[in-house]
Amino acid sequence: MNGILLNIDWPFLIEKLVLIAIVVSISLVVAMYTTFAERKVAGLLQDRPGPNRAGPFGILQPLADGMKLFFKEEIIPNFSSKALFVLGPGLAMLTAIMTSAVIPWGDKIILPGGREMQLQIADVNIGILYVFAVVSLGVYGIMVGAWASNNKYSLMGGLRAASQIISYELALGLSLIALLMFTGTLSLKEMVVQQQQGGWGGLLSWNILKQPLGFFIFLVCAFAECNRTPFDLPEAENELIGGYHTEYSSMKLGFYLFSEYVNMFISSAVMVTLFFGGYDIPFLNEANLAVNTAAILGVVAFFIKIACFLFLFIWVRWTIPRFRYDQLMHLGWRIMIPLALFNMMATGAAILFFNK
Amino acid sequence: MQSLTNRFQPVDRSPMTIWEKMYIPAIAKGMGITFSHIFKKNPTIQFPEKTRPFSPVFRGLHILNRDEEGRENCTACGLCAVACPAEAITMEAAERLPGEEHLYREEKYAAKYEINMLRCIFCGFCEDACPKDAIYLSESFMPSDYLRSQFIYKKEDLLIPDPKEDPEAYKKALGNRASQKKQKD
Amino acid sequence: MNIQTILFILLSILSVGSALMMMLSKNPVKSILWLIVVFFSISGHYVLLNAQFLAVVNIIVYAGAIMVLFLFVVMLMNLNADNEPVKNYRLRLIAIISGGSLLLVLLSAFMNVQQANPVLLKTGDGGLIHVLGMTLFTKYVLPFEISSVLFLSAMVGAVVIGKKDS
Repeated sequence: MNGILLNIDWPFLIEKLVLIAIVVSISLVVAMYTTFAERKVAGLLQDRPGPNRAGPFGILQPLADGMKLFFKEEIIPNFSSKALFVLGPGLAMLTAIMTSAVIPWGDKIILPGGREMQLQIADVNIGILYVFAVVSLGVYGIMVGAWASNNKYSLMGGLRAASQIISYELALGLSLIALLMFTGTLSLKEMVVQQQQGGWGGLLSWNILKQPLGFFIFLVCAFAECNRTPFDLPEAENELIGGYHTEYSSMKLGFYLFSEYVNMFISSAVMVTLFFGGYDIPFLNEANLAVNTAAILGVVAFFIKIACFLFLFIWVRWTIPRFRYDQLMHLGWRIMIPLALFNMMATGAAILFFNK
Repeated sequence: MQSLTNRFQPVDRSPMTIWEKMYIPAIAKGMGITFSHIFKKNPTIQFPEKTRPFSPVFRGLHILNRDEEGRENCTACGLCAVACPAEAITMEAAERLPGEEHLYREEKYAAKYEINMLRCIFCGFCEDACPKDAIYLSESFMPSDYLRSQFIYKKEDLLIPDPKEDPEAYKKALGNRASQKKQKD
Repeated sequence: MNIQTILFILLSILSVGSALMMMLSKNPVKSILWLIVVFFSISGHYVLLNAQFLAVVNIIVYAGAIMVLFLFVVMLMNLNADNEPVKNYRLRLIAIISGGSLLLVLLSAFMNVQQANPVLLKTGDGGLIHVLGMTLFTKYVLPFEISSVLFLSAMVGAVVIGKKDS
């Protein structure tokens, strides 16, 4: 047994564990403050101040919300299958957080011991496919919880979620194929490196300029995958009384609501990585700076870009009303998928034409 | 049917044009409208710290008035109870004993004076009926409570602070309304 | 014993155990959930074989799409343990015989297979996306295209069946 323990690269393992802990806690804190930002921005857009009582400017509001949820009574309905009822929110949260493993949060930093540390948990060569795999699992948390609730509204919400997520996953995948055609890699890290090289400190090589239509489709599908308005039919409160989380209370409900925000954060991070240069800072040549400074600036730039996307998510939520279910399906199958296919064909043709 | 206003418009039920089917222009327009609201001043008043100014005719919670020396004005004549359309006021009179002249202005006073705030409609008829300037509707709200019994305000709840002991609280409780009334008379 | 072997044993126990649970659970929804666990452990095996692409595609296609549809259908029909039809004695006998003969065939097939060392397989790169793509589009391009025609025909069939109702 001793041999096994020696074979493991302990500093590597510890480094990765620390990184995982940091990334998970940052995702949770960001998600927490996204709930606050949601209420604050909603206030701004509706000419009111939003929460401002808990702490200065209300910044302790998310803690207060969390405390409230923790101390609420926990109700597990009779006639529900209890194990699955508990599993549902856990799955939702797990799949929401798992995606963060392949996102490059920044360039490498050099630790005091001279050791290089990549600010990415796992640079797998199939990064984007991993994201897809986890996203496609995200629906299980909802479906399992919905079914286990033994409630018609919950079941309706779960079914809606399943069909919606499957429908939009297709367009999501197709929109990305066009992008992958000219990046030629599935690794998110390499995509960022490619986007760093170009005019104006990398700005000209950002994928958004090459794939505006692909980005648009990806954005719409990301809204649908996150169950955000205007695609929040699975939890439509005025038709389904909260949809899949009707029967949930206390922190289990909190997990469902929270996983939505974690999903938002992660999908913003994916969009920034794929289309907006990841941790690339426009108008700045990172090679001129010290490695650590460049990495930290890069992380800050990355989070600023993510914050812009989170604002977009919130802004859209407080502007656009919910789609009707047939409109949703029509948009997904009759508009988004053909559009994505067209985008794919056009990109392929362009690549063939220009590479000759 | 004749319409009340000339603002109504018939609903347009024609099928959507291609431009409308793209949703994007409409979405962009809506997003622009919501975004412009970020820069608008919000009309919220942070309530417990700031209060909205009352109009001069506002009728709030009742107070039982005292004169400048701190003696109760009320003489328990019962005119307010008679005038009250909601029958919210009850009182019991008592005779002023020797040595109580510093407490009550008149020879008769209200030993018990109760207003049921759940019945009261804050019409202000009691104020108009009072010949002794003893009851006013102040500029304060009725606080909420959990029990019905808490809404029957006793004399102690209604009495204004003593102007000799606490002149500032007296002034504040009296508000503008009492002085306006005096001028009118 | 190194770490790969331990992982292999753990994953094998998980996959066989969850496969058994899938067959033994009375409730169809729980069966499906156990089947998803099976797919996950199989994906784990793929990762051990250094075939990350296969592992992820297995999850996307089977666990992410097909099983969601299964779950969808089961939920829509609201199948429960108590409305499962009672199978009669003869049907059970036939099932046992056919299952047993399948087992025999499988056993005889596996007898001839040389036992591979699962740890050694990690060195191969046959499952990586680049190699796999190259092989699929050069050596096996005809079978690949034929299988896509098969999918197309399946889709057309689905559309035809769907049209009939309306």
